[in-house]
Amino acid sequence: MKAKEANAKKTVGRKIKRSKLDRAILLAGYTLLGLFAVAIVIPLCYVVIASFMDPNVLNNQGISFRLEDCSLEAYRRVMEDSMIWRGFANAFFYSLTATALSVFVTLLAAYPMSKKEFVGRKFFNALFLITMFFGGGLIPTFILMNQLRLVNTIWAILLPGAFNVWNMVLARTYYQSISKELREASQIDGATEIQYFFQILMPLCKPIIAVLALWGFVGMWNSYFDAMIYLNDAKLQPLQLVLRSILVQDTPQPGMIADIQSTAELAKMAELLKYSTIVISSIPLLVMYPFFQKYFDKGIMVGSVKG
Amino acid sequence: MEANLRKKLLYVKKNWQLYVFFLTPALLVTIIFRYIPMGGILMAFKDYNVRLGILGSEWVGFDYFKRFLSSPDFLSYLFNTLKLSLYGLLWGFPVPIILALLLNQIRSVGIKKKIQLLIYAPNFISVIVLCGMIKMFLSPVGPLNQVLGTTTNWMTMPEAFRTIYIASGIWQGAGWASIMYTAALSNVSPELEEAATIDGANLFQQMWYVQLPAIKNIIVIQFILSAGNIMSVGFEKAYALQTGMNLPTSEIISTYVYKIGLLNGDYGYSTAVGIFNSVINVILLLVVNKIVEKLNDGEGL
Repeated sequence: MKAKEANAKKTVGRKIKRSKLDRAILLAGYTLLGLFAVAIVIPLCYVVIASFMDPNVLNNQGISFRLEDCSLEAYRRVMEDSMIWRGFANAFFYSLTATALSVFVTLLAAYPMSKKEFVGRKFFNALFLITMFFGGGLIPTFILMNQLRLVNTIWAILLPGAFNVWNMVLARTYYQSISKELREASQIDGATEIQYFFQILMPLCKPIIAVLALWGFVGMWNSYFDAMIYLNDAKLQPLQLVLRSILVQDTPQPGMIADIQSTAELAKMAELLKYSTIVISSIPLLVMYPFFQKYFDKGIMVGSVKG
Repeated sequence: MEANLRKKLLYVKKNWQLYVFFLTPALLVTIIFRYIPMGGILMAFKDYNVRLGILGSEWVGFDYFKRFLSSPDFLSYLFNTLKLSLYGLLWGFPVPIILALLLNQIRSVGIKKKIQLLIYAPNFISVIVLCGMIKMFLSPVGPLNQVLGTTTNWMTMPEAFRTIYIASGIWQGAGWASIMYTAALSNVSPELEEAATIDGANLFQQMWYVQLPAIKNIIVIQFILSAGNIMSVGFEKAYALQTGMNLPTSEIISTYVYKIGLLNGDYGYSTAVGIFNSVINVILLLVVNKIVEKLNDGEGL
């Protein structure tokens, strides 16, 4: 460890001699990077600050940094609304089950596909890959779901995405990076493929599992198209559909504004409610993802080794 | 030949677990939810009637395709789709590469990690929230107008739609997309960079001649994949950003397919338009792959 650090220091020390031109290039580059970072931060900060404003202040002058202009009014209203919470609960449930199912099926399928000697590998590969670029399209899929009586059930959301070809390719590449001798040794010990897969291979695949799970969860949590088409029942709707009506269709949940009489007040409050809704709904993922950061690079590298 | 077949059968018999346990779930999902709907493509050639089913409905041949191709809206939707994704690719594709090259220059691991954490963040915001933010920021009484002292309603301006769509796309996705390049760059051997420095290469030349070539393969793969998705440019965001007024530029084929199909119930016509879209997409993918193969010493996807 110590030697490594010293080594790192040495490299840094050696590299530090930059020419004037290089320093100018670097300055320009860092400025660019800084501008990009600032451009990302400003809208996010604006939303957070605006969500704590008094509706009148926000409407008249935008955000301010004076404490007396603040109010938690909007948060109280959002928190008290049952639709938001139901949306949260649904989204959480859908994302969790969809991710578990999809990661499991995908990891399973990737295993035989990772074996060079697997008979039928080429055929199955083609079968899967074609679906990445060509499909029946919206209406035929919708009619199928209708005929299978899956509309307005959670299965309409879970099943079609239960296998992801691209993720299968990533998992397959990851398996291939693990020594084949491991399987041979386990075979000699009499382990079947299933035993080997769960007891030896899976524990070695934590980084790729983490990445696939994170992607799956985030993707499910943030999407709204499938739910919009297949879930008409308000009780089943995930958070994004509730958000859609508040943020995009400009219709605040009736429960949030029931007590406001004047139209002008209502308009101001509706605007403020959007900001606090955004903050509340975005917090879970924004808080969660830094914990996964260590897996990002590893998992991504897997995918980029071979497309 | 026969011996070969017998060997294969023996393999399947010996390794039945691989087929039955591992592959079957994925196979079922693929066949039911991907291949059966492909059969539904027949609807594009039939006057679909719910009672008669897809097979029983009457044939109409290429009527829907003719109707779409001869409609005055056809070219406008096609070009909206193409422009939205081509401009998006043109503006958006280089940004993550540049970000990664710049991030790669930062020597302090701590600072680098913090900046990465920051620029990844927008990726975790949902499409709906992003579109909600855009609508609020750009509303006539929103912050941007307050700063400029104007009351322009950008969301109703057809000429502003593509800029809004693409710029917000870069804001949201560029940081995250840079991960792949950053990870690849961390594998470039320091000796190569040192050698370049000794040879008198400035920083820019190092990026151009050492680092870029090192991540060329990933750039190529990413490019082909993006090009293959040109016609499937995101429904979710375009639909959420549509207002009645900006439709002249914001109506793309996927939103059109949704509206005529599910909202108006014109199933056959909608399917035909969808197929048209898919076919163009596949053709584009193949063409781009061929071009890249030519440019990249015979290596494509």
